[in-house]
Amino acid sequence: MNITDFIIPLITVSVLIYAAIKRVDVFGAFCEGASEGITTCREILPALVLLLVCIGMFRASGAVDIITKALEPLCAAVGFPKEVMPLVILRPFSGSGAMAVYSDIANTVGADTFAERVAATLIGSSETTFYTAAVYFSAVKCRKTRFAVPAALTVDCTAWIVCGAVVYMLF
Amino acid sequence: MQAVLVIIPIISLIFAVFGGNMGAVSSEMLNKSGEAVELVISLCGMICFWSGLMRVAEKAGLVEKLGRLLSAPAAFLFKGIKRGGKASQLITLNLAANILGLGNASTPLGIAAMKAIADESGDYTDGTATDDMIMLAVLNTASLQIIPATAAALRAANGAEKPFDILPCVWIVSAYSLILVVTVTKLMCAVSRQRRKRKL
Repeated sequence: MNITDFIIPLITVSVLIYAAIKRVDVFGAFCEGASEGITTCREILPALVLLLVCIGMFRASGAVDIITKALEPLCAAVGFPKEVMPLVILRPFSGSGAMAVYSDIANTVGADTFAERVAATLIGSSETTFYTAAVYFSAVKCRKTRFAVPAALTVDCTAWIVCGAVVYMLF
Repeated sequence: MQAVLVIIPIISLIFAVFGGNMGAVSSEMLNKSGEAVELVISLCGMICFWSGLMRVAEKAGLVEKLGRLLSAPAAFLFKGIKRGGKASQLITLNLAANILGLGNASTPLGIAAMKAIADESGDYTDGTATDDMIMLAVLNTASLQIIPATAAALRAANGAEKPFDILPCVWIVSAYSLILVVTVTKLMCAVSRQRRKRKL
């Protein structure tokens, strides 16, 4: 038994109890939210088909190997799994692209390995920086975003190293 | 994105011709489209469960509650807005929805918050972002979500034994990102204020 095993069941039960006390129609609200989940899945599927096919072509052609080989010295210097590097590069640009690359990595290196955990941690702790910035600033027709993108990118450029280090220390 | 989607297959084709991997490329294309469907189906259950549960939380008023808790840190982060005003309310709700992982709720709230910031800061006329706008946008580019439901669903779909065992790692990295992005933004705000003063 691990403390992290408790988190999801505890959250689930406390949300349900709290909602019941507040007299929320739990069943109705849950189904409403869950069908929104189906919409989310339906919306990401077309993009995932295209992206996974592209990534599959790229990997099978041998091009990925050359890129990862080029980045190998950098990864080796900080002890970062080189398989995850394509994900680090793609993450700020595309959410569904990152999902596709993650699946590809997990397929190659196997679940519950160091590289797989680093990849999943990276996805769980970051956002699609460029997309988010574009949505927020275009909402107010802002043309000069000043230092917003550089400030956000300081995170994307360094968080991967932290990711590798944290996963290495905790597992 | 458009360019990338055209360039990647072209590069792959060139590499496949010279590497003699055309057979592998061809079969991968057929495999991967099926894999995409399998992936979405195995993700669907958990995504539905989590968005269902979070909708229950939303209906029970947890977003508002969390939003009220966030009003003090928000007052520290956002200097150009009225305390308790419309912008401040929308900002805290946007952050609360982000923390709970309510993607569908946080974006509309965030957009409304950007507009409210524009209204409340009188000097937003020339399309140059104000400090508060930048702060809200960069906070949204950092992942505030406490439970990384999608990442866990992806792990489960790929056979991880305990998909949530990365939670402590995700929290540490998220905390690092949040602290870094807030510090950098505050520093850059201060630097640009200094520069403006010098010009005057």
